[in-house]
Amino acid sequence: MDFGLSEDQVLLKETVRRYLGSECPTTRVRAIMESESGHDAALWQGLADLGVPGLAIPTPHGGAGLELLDLALAAEELGRACTPGPFLGCAMASAALLASEDSDAKARWLPAVASGRAIVTVALGEEGGVWDAAALTTRARDGRLTGRKLLVPAAAVADAILVAAQDGDGPGLWLVERGAPGLEVAALRGTDMTRRVAAVTLGDAPGVVVAGGRRAIDRARDAGLVLLAADAYGGARRCLDMTVEYALTREQFGQPIGGFQGVKHQLADLATELEPALSLWWYAAHAYDHIPERLERHAALAKAHLTDLYDRAARVATELHGGIGFTWEYDLHLWFRRAVFDRAFLGDAELHRLRAADLAGW
Amino acid sequence: MNLAYSAEYERFRTEVRRFLGEHWNEAPSGAADSIADLTGAHVRTDARATAFRLLAIERGYLYRHVPRRYGGSEQPGDPLKSTIIAEEFRRARAPFEIMGQGPSMLVPTLLEHGTEAQKEHFIRDTLLGTIRWCQGYSEPGAGSDLASLRTRAVLDDGHWVVNGQKIWTSNAREAEWMFALVRTEPEKAKHDGISYLLIEMNTPGIDVRPLRQMTGDADFNEVFLENARVPADNIVGRRGQGWVVSRSTLKHERALIGGAHLTRRTFDGLVMLAQAVERGGRPVIQDPVIRNRLAELEARLVAAEYHGYRLLTLSARGNDHGLGGMVTKLYSTTLGYDIAKLAMDVVGDRGLLAPGEPNAPAMGMFGLAYMWSLGVLIAGGAANIQRNIIAERGLGLPRDARK
Repeated sequence: MDFGLSEDQVLLKETVRRYLGSECPTTRVRAIMESESGHDAALWQGLADLGVPGLAIPTPHGGAGLELLDLALAAEELGRACTPGPFLGCAMASAALLASEDSDAKARWLPAVASGRAIVTVALGEEGGVWDAAALTTRARDGRLTGRKLLVPAAAVADAILVAAQDGDGPGLWLVERGAPGLEVAALRGTDMTRRVAAVTLGDAPGVVVAGGRRAIDRARDAGLVLLAADAYGGARRCLDMTVEYALTREQFGQPIGGFQGVKHQLADLATELEPALSLWWYAAHAYDHIPERLERHAALAKAHLTDLYDRAARVATELHGGIGFTWEYDLHLWFRRAVFDRAFLGDAELHRLRAADLAGW
Repeated sequence: MNLAYSAEYERFRTEVRRFLGEHWNEAPSGAADSIADLTGAHVRTDARATAFRLLAIERGYLYRHVPRRYGGSEQPGDPLKSTIIAEEFRRARAPFEIMGQGPSMLVPTLLEHGTEAQKEHFIRDTLLGTIRWCQGYSEPGAGSDLASLRTRAVLDDGHWVVNGQKIWTSNAREAEWMFALVRTEPEKAKHDGISYLLIEMNTPGIDVRPLRQMTGDADFNEVFLENARVPADNIVGRRGQGWVVSRSTLKHERALIGGAHLTRRTFDGLVMLAQAVERGGRPVIQDPVIRNRLAELEARLVAAEYHGYRLLTLSARGNDHGLGGMVTKLYSTTLGYDIAKLAMDVVGDRGLLAPGEPNAPAMGMFGLAYMWSLGVLIAGGAANIQRNIIAERGLGLPRDARK
């Protein structure tokens, strides 16, 4: 019985944190945010050199052969530093490819993702709040895809997109490469400017099926839910830390505002909610590799709960900072915006709570 | 991360199970009564239970942190073994360590500050429940600000003469003894003027009056002390050191999973309630609003359960719980309150029926749980006191101005 991190996992977190601390200060985050593509190839390559995108990819495919928990620990640090980039799309695409039986696709794309040579993402969501494989309207026929995908992360910089669609046999994933005829990628302006999304339109675009059935789609979604929960925890924790630090230095009425009970109690409530929530996403991440029958439900619970908490943390942090927290120059809104993404992407808290209720058999 | 117990611990679990199978084969009563758990009413101290506890102590299963010479089983600290023991005893519904304030608060205090005579005289019987204790801390004017207490004790002819009033005293009618904080050095600063006394409840001058709480029952008491004479030797620690003495807590292994286990039982009861109660011809659990709220609560409950395992792991590795340990009371009592609140919403209009009313769903027990969920939020350090502790000791924010 050991529900804690290993020494290697602690070291992994420290390594990523140290790297982001020196290479990804908020000045760089802002520069990337304000750039056209929202993508900084050098930063992403640096993370790839640390092994981040390949953490949960098996060693034969060029990864570190670790588990989703390890990847989620990196996601926590990326969330903490508000790191821009294609991490989420690549991680979901890797999860999908690992669930595929297409050895050619795996051999071609997994090592490329792990090394940072290629960016691959997943196109799942559709108009109408659809995130479930059974409700997809994008159609595949004879290796051609037609449909429209909304909110595809990192699509504008992706070398390949795994498109969730249905053919006569039901749902599956088709790989569409950059520049394919009939593929249109239209960047959208998101509230969170660190993780860009695009609308992807497929008009009879050629795609290669890499996974039939819904399993690969579900694995990608569940990995995504856990990673969003971890990102949310890292971000929420950072909001709490920044606010504690501010409350210790900002003086009003002749004393640090952190001495006022109104401030103390809001922060204590936040810490009280956050501290146990860590164990919820740890458990969901652990279930991904070890307790498959409990994964789907606990990933849903974790995503709903942690992203709600992130929203609360960002709001409390902004409120307690007062006017400065509402300015563009102050960094807090970077996390506030990221919380908006984490809450909405892959479906909001209510959607996942209702799924969890269904999965419980209530 | 590994949620399985190693072979060594699985062997230990098998050994505990075999012991329980051989020595406690009583059929479970079937009354899954969380109110009884909440109030400690399920603690059995009859002859059979006592004989069983003695055997369990002999085997090293109960009171592992207490030396053998005082009636404990004196085992090396091992939080995983403690957890396995607690799980298996609970599963078998076998008499476990007595959960009262005697074993949990007085015994650690005596072990750290008591004289040899006090340890020998009190600890063994306290562990077996043959001496029952109540706690004389709170006063009408000293709640969250406990150190402002005014019950005074003056030394006179080899006795402390005690005058004052204690309140919120659980078990004062049943207890043979009370451990109390009293003011012995009125001229000193408030924390330095307090002493820790052991007072026999049949001492002349002690009057116990039941205190009826909002549920209508009287689970607490007021204790009036008027010229109650307590032998001078019944002080624990030195004069004026009572505040420090009373801070002794259970420093050794503790089973950390128990609290979430009770909450899980209450939550499962809530789900069954929502399946059983119908509104508009359909079970309430089919209402998406209720499903959403149930799932929200379950996420918090799963977090509490695995938070317990995380703290247990920290203990097993010899690490402090830090902030994680400070938040558990506020977190679990808030969650308990929210679960009870949803249960009230599930029963809807019939929630106005009183506990015990046969026409109320589940005999109205959820109404009682709803009221008790407030009681535990206040007892043992009210929510805002917990917030101060978390903010000051956990987050490093400035201390409140205090007099």
